[in-house]
Amino acid sequence: MAKVIVITSGKGGVGKTTTSASFSSGLALRGNKTVVIDFDVGLRNLDLIMGCERRVVYDIINVINGEVSLKQALIKDKNCDNLFILPASQTRDKDALNLEGVARILEELKQSFDFIVCDSPAGIESGAFMAMYFADEALVVTNPEVSSVRDSDRILGILAAKSRRAVEGLEPVREHLLVTRYDPKRVNAGEMLSVTDIQEILRIPLLGVIPESESVLKASNSGTPAIHLDKSDVADAYRDVVGRFMGEDLPMRFVAEKAGFLKRLLGGR
Amino acid sequence: MSIEIPAFKIKTGTLPVLQLHILTTDMAQLKEQLALRLKLTPDFFASTPIALELSAIAESGAGLDYAELAAFMLEHGMCAAGVVGGSAGQRAAAVQAGLGLFTDAPARNIPKRDADQAPTVVHVVELHEQPELPVFSGGAAENQPADPPMAQAVAETPPVRATMVIDRPVRTGQRIYAEGGNLVVLAIVNAGAELIADGDIHVYAPMRGKAIAGAQGNEAARIFVQGMEAELLSIAGCFKVFEEGIPENVRGKPARVHLEGSRLLILPLMH
Repeated sequence: MAKVIVITSGKGGVGKTTTSASFSSGLALRGNKTVVIDFDVGLRNLDLIMGCERRVVYDIINVINGEVSLKQALIKDKNCDNLFILPASQTRDKDALNLEGVARILEELKQSFDFIVCDSPAGIESGAFMAMYFADEALVVTNPEVSSVRDSDRILGILAAKSRRAVEGLEPVREHLLVTRYDPKRVNAGEMLSVTDIQEILRIPLLGVIPESESVLKASNSGTPAIHLDKSDVADAYRDVVGRFMGEDLPMRFVAEKAGFLKRLLGGR
Repeated sequence: MSIEIPAFKIKTGTLPVLQLHILTTDMAQLKEQLALRLKLTPDFFASTPIALELSAIAESGAGLDYAELAAFMLEHGMCAAGVVGGSAGQRAAAVQAGLGLFTDAPARNIPKRDADQAPTVVHVVELHEQPELPVFSGGAAENQPADPPMAQAVAETPPVRATMVIDRPVRTGQRIYAEGGNLVVLAIVNAGAELIADGDIHVYAPMRGKAIAGAQGNEAARIFVQGMEAELLSIAGCFKVFEEGIPENVRGKPARVHLEGSRLLILPLMH
């Protein structure tokens, strides 16, 4: 049975699209047939992060309006054979989405895919609502700062009250916490919330911690999802996230401050 | 024409003022009970101007020696400034005794309170903060909302309903209303969430949001929380916010909240 996973956060700029790209790539790398849908109609970004912006001809709105078939709009990823991208429309706004249309697309995708990853826009308006409504599982992306945590809290509240699973009284949406842009050094200096602080407020299971890294920006600009980077903490962290999502029991890395060269030499850790 | 430097300005201003509700014209009884009450908190009034509220004795039409009362009050640190309400005769007598006339208080305060109140002689409606206690520290303006629902509750007690039990986190932006009954929350209540109940509120987890008990004006409503980190607490319209942080003795700890007069008391929950 195909699973619908929403990548959401409430707040903008925390790493939803970066996560959508790497997470869906990670699922595909493990052999799962995966599609990632950009719900940010009007502010299309996922295609840039995935490096397929020059191949976008049709988008989700064309499919919803019945102008083209789903097959025509899906773009095959350049890095993974099992991954497809359904881009958002850049020239329309979120009102062009509707629940019936989204439901129809998801039903059709469920026939041929194992995982459907929905990249939610920021905010709690219709675009975000459409992205989360049909979700079976949710990855709540949070930065270690109070406003991001509060917005995530809000989104969790909406998931628990207004998603299809809540409205129809089904088993609730499975919630996962993903802390991104985490810098243990700044946490220790008291400038950032710790993972424990965040969990104390949100109280949902932790799926992973992605360290703050310059390589994310480089990856975005070059159109390569961060998970494909060589020798990168971020890539390792995203691979762990995918592993845990698939049920593997992996130790949580990147939460402690990296031991410096001297410290390691002197047996610090 | 030379311009004079002004020696004074006349301005209106809304100031909080304590009202002493006079419920009897028996001066001896009044003095005795007043003295007894003031003995409990000797320095509490410290020359605070007091308005004498006369509506309860207005219909009797009986006179009261206002000069004698004012002198007695002054001895006890209360400064009678004027009268509110009362019959025309009573008001005239007050002016004679050198007291001022306040414009009539809104009529809503008067009849219901008198009908149901135990026969105490004085009733201080607005107590000011007592710094040593973690009490409702707002001024008069914040206290006022307590009045209308109070009167309402006396008039019509809503029927008791089953307690509402919430066993999942109440998150920011969510509002839970237990209409006509009590609310019990077994999971965390986060900042920006609102719990509202016409009865009591219990939270058996950290409580970081707003808790509004006795929403229809039930002054006997209470709030119990296992971890006091609330943004706002309110009972029967008397509320308290924590700009300066939550008092240390209850911060993050089990606490109970109730209304005493129009003060919101937050006390540690003893085991």
